[in-house]
Amino acid sequence: MKYMLMMHAPKEGWTTAGIGTWPPKDIQAHIQFMMDLNKKLAASGEFVDAQGLAGPEEAKSIRARKDGTPDTDGPFAEAKEFLAGFWIVDVDSPARAYQIAATASDAPGKDGVPLNMPIEVRQVMSAPCQDV
Amino acid sequence: MSAIEARRVESLLRELAPQVLGAIVRRFGDFSAAEDVVQEALIAGATQWPAEGLPDNPRGWLIHVAARRMTDTIRSDSARRLREAELARQEWPFSDPASFEADFVDADDTLTLLFMCCHPALTTSSAIALTLRAVGGLTTTEIAHAFLVPEATMAKRIVRAKESIRTSGIPFELPDAAERDARLASVLHVLYLVFNEGYAASGGDALQRTDLSNEAIRLTRAVHALLPDDGEVAGLLALMLLTDARRTARTAVDGTLIPLDAQDRSLWNRETIAEGIALVSAALRRHPVGPYRLQAAIAAVHDEAARAEDTDWPQILALYGVLKSLSDNPMVALNHAIATAMVVGPAAGLALLDALVADGRLAGHHRLDAVRAHLLERAGDRAGAIAHYLAAAGKTAGIPERNYLTTQAARLRGD
Repeated sequence: MKYMLMMHAPKEGWTTAGIGTWPPKDIQAHIQFMMDLNKKLAASGEFVDAQGLAGPEEAKSIRARKDGTPDTDGPFAEAKEFLAGFWIVDVDSPARAYQIAATASDAPGKDGVPLNMPIEVRQVMSAPCQDV
Repeated sequence: MSAIEARRVESLLRELAPQVLGAIVRRFGDFSAAEDVVQEALIAGATQWPAEGLPDNPRGWLIHVAARRMTDTIRSDSARRLREAELARQEWPFSDPASFEADFVDADDTLTLLFMCCHPALTTSSAIALTLRAVGGLTTTEIAHAFLVPEATMAKRIVRAKESIRTSGIPFELPDAAERDARLASVLHVLYLVFNEGYAASGGDALQRTDLSNEAIRLTRAVHALLPDDGEVAGLLALMLLTDARRTARTAVDGTLIPLDAQDRSLWNRETIAEGIALVSAALRRHPVGPYRLQAAIAAVHDEAARAEDTDWPQILALYGVLKSLSDNPMVALNHAIATAMVVGPAAGLALLDALVADGRLAGHHRLDAVRAHLLERAGDRAGAIAHYLAAAGKTAGIPERNYLTTQAARLRGD
């Protein structure tokens, strides 16, 4: 079964305390942690996809106007948190997906303190049903 | 070579793959290395045979090529100098491929290989991947496509599975009588999951995933040929056939699900149904009966009804009663509740659902809501039915199922 693990970062303090404000060694440690996690998922045969998203400063929300052209809104200064990145994993149980999410949540931040970010876990649809 | 002959080569290679692998593993012991050289031998066969014609003894030919590569591998492996010295002294004893038959080939090799690949020490997903690769002869790319994961991920999964076999010391041998039934159950479970993955496929390339059902049927046929007296193997094969016979009637052109009672039964494959019914009828005469046979018998009762309203629900209810007494499975209890509603009435079914809710094991499962919605609709509680169809739609992980459930709710609202 496949799950999407969505890493939400707090918007508040993004410019004053976000990753861009950390010392280089902490940024490196954070990036290394994420790379290692992806390597482990690949090695365990659970990796489907993982992407980091560009910062929220340029985030836009698009709706179609009546003529189908894009109506652009944002960025949204008032949002409390933003999607920083996601993983898609193919695992044997929901418990395993939660474990991976907990590992990701533990990613080190400034001074190596775990960020303890909330990771939203959602099942990817189109799993087989059980009614044969 | 014509396209038909090329297909014949392909299906022959896939049929021989587990026998060749089994022979090499039995002779050399190293499963992982054996798997590699057998793949190489199969590729050699796939490229040479269409051009040069089939050898007289295709199986002996493949074993010969694989065994040669295996000895080459061992010779070139400097960490095995001692064995090299020993092998160098040995004259290659198999100049005539026909002489392999006696030395190498054992009909039980395919079965032994299945027992190894479906060992309970492996995770389910590893066992499935390894079975399709080693016994089914599918390429890693094909398996990755079928399960919609990157090829590198599937390759790692297979490597890890082989590693688990190596470290756990699972021997290449048929389990003894005491362990056989338990181990066979895990083989059948893996084959059942492969079938289900293909049958219930709702994402990805439908054709690719349909192949998984066909592959599961092909492998189960092979197990049935090796264990013709096992009622559960016959039962699983019958269950697959009786279910697969309805495949084309199960989805509309646009991909939406069509429930059993609304399917165009003229689309059902009569030939497949006849084969399934013959299999399950014979299997039911073997005692004690098991769950696959009973599920196949239920599928057969559905398949025998010319119209949905002709369905022999009392018989289905009786079969679910037996199935329920065999296994404490809440999904069986749920189906038993549906059959009860069909025979006794929706109120009786709903009472059984209440017991299942109290049981708690199906908590949060969409089927519980979907069945309740259906029974409430039959009982005339429109508002209740709409609420539960929508609750079920919110819980399912299947896109066609969600579309079906939301459409049911919309229909009742009169949209």
